[in-house]
Amino acid sequence: MNPRLKIKMCGSNVKVFYAQKEILHGIHLDIPENRVTALIGPSGCGKSTFLRCLNRMNDTIEGARVTGQILLDEEDIYDPSVDVVELRSRVGMVFQKPNPFPKSIYENVAYGPRIHGLAKSRVDLDEIIEQSLLKAGLFHEVKDRLHDAGTSLSGGQQQRLCIARAIAVRPEVILMDEPCSALDPIATARIEELIDDLRRNYTITIVTHSMQQAARVSQFTAMFHMGNLVEVGTTKTIFTSPGEQRTQDYITGRFG
Amino acid sequence: MLTQHTVRSFDRELDYLAKKIAEMGDHACSIVERSVKAIVQDDYRLADELIAEDVILDKAEREIDEKAILVIARRQPMAVDLREIIGTIRISSDLERVGDMGKNIAKRAAVIAGTRQPSSFYSSLEAFVALALRQLNEVLDAYAKHSLDRINAVRERDGTIDAMYTSLFRELLTYMVKDSHNITACTHLLFCTKNIERIGDHATNIAETAHYVITGSYPLLERPKGDHTYEVGMRKEVS
Repeated sequence: MNPRLKIKMCGSNVKVFYAQKEILHGIHLDIPENRVTALIGPSGCGKSTFLRCLNRMNDTIEGARVTGQILLDEEDIYDPSVDVVELRSRVGMVFQKPNPFPKSIYENVAYGPRIHGLAKSRVDLDEIIEQSLLKAGLFHEVKDRLHDAGTSLSGGQQQRLCIARAIAVRPEVILMDEPCSALDPIATARIEELIDDLRRNYTITIVTHSMQQAARVSQFTAMFHMGNLVEVGTTKTIFTSPGEQRTQDYITGRFG
Repeated sequence: MLTQHTVRSFDRELDYLAKKIAEMGDHACSIVERSVKAIVQDDYRLADELIAEDVILDKAEREIDEKAILVIARRQPMAVDLREIIGTIRISSDLERVGDMGKNIAKRAAVIAGTRQPSSFYSSLEAFVALALRQLNEVLDAYAKHSLDRINAVRERDGTIDAMYTSLFRELLTYMVKDSHNITACTHLLFCTKNIERIGDHATNIAETAHYVITGSYPLLERPKGDHTYEVGMRKEVS
């Protein structure tokens, strides 16, 4: 990896256990700042599990245990002194299926800034909402109906609303778990375009099943298989001449 | 060796492209071989046949291009598959050029019909074309078998072709100096030898493409060069 890149998050020997079963076997992975890192691999390889370690989403799963170390700006996010709510405002997440709250578009975006006390006044809050919707590329489509239900939007718009919601709390890292798998190609293209814009201000980690999407949006790619990190490198190398046979087999469609 | 794709029809498409390249290679070699035969045996009828045959290679190249584009559109190939398809497009273009070289030799064979040079020249010419075609056949076979050592060896041997070319170049100059009536025929023969030397270059190109397909990186640029014809006639030349 380019030594001039700042490492935003760093996983060392990360293991995850569900009950007694070890499902991630000691992952070492750096997430560089202001870059998009794609996590790829077949279903069940551990890529989503690893992604969920990065903002301690696995804490919410009963019986899940994480060992090893994950640093965010050189601070251990699993340190007992860490406030998980604050952590998740710094490391936001966008899920596979758009999941707006059953509230208005405005309230969907306002929720985070309110609970984190980011807005001093109503005017302040309006500004945060407009900026978040603008950054998510949704504002011009919804500015006249901010008080309509979030669920009244199309699937692609809902996903951009979820991205606006994630951005509203001013995160540093955005985690995306297959954000386009429920979207049509046009809506997918808009999200991909958005990811490219967002990386100027945020660090992004994306799990995707689409090889082409990983190749298009990311600068770094990490290949997982059966709970191990098989290979990590620049996206250019991984998709034109990967070093590992398992990566080659997976990205060319030769897996079992 | 690579395992099969989950989608079997993808393998069939790649196999088809590989088969087409092998066919093109056989045909290109055959045209070149017979074009030199037309010169050596002074057979203008054979030369005329060959001129008409070149279109087959042009068609094959287009067919490969169309098929390769279709595979890219349909499969969005990655890594070794992507390199292989791009390699196929490049190699077919090299082979089409080899066919053009053969056609050009055949055209000149028709023009110089009835003229003769010393028989030693024709045996040198036959040895020369045999060497160039051996290089071409070898690289295509090594590519089909993904044998990197053999591919690199082809590239190393191009210097021999260049050296032989320089020697034939000098020989033809001598004939021209001896008898000025020979200049027209020998000039055509000079172009024929140049064409054969170019076939060696195409074999080298194919070796480089094959190296890229197999390893994902290009070989180093430096390699032995034996073509010294540009020095022939220079004042400082020591012969």
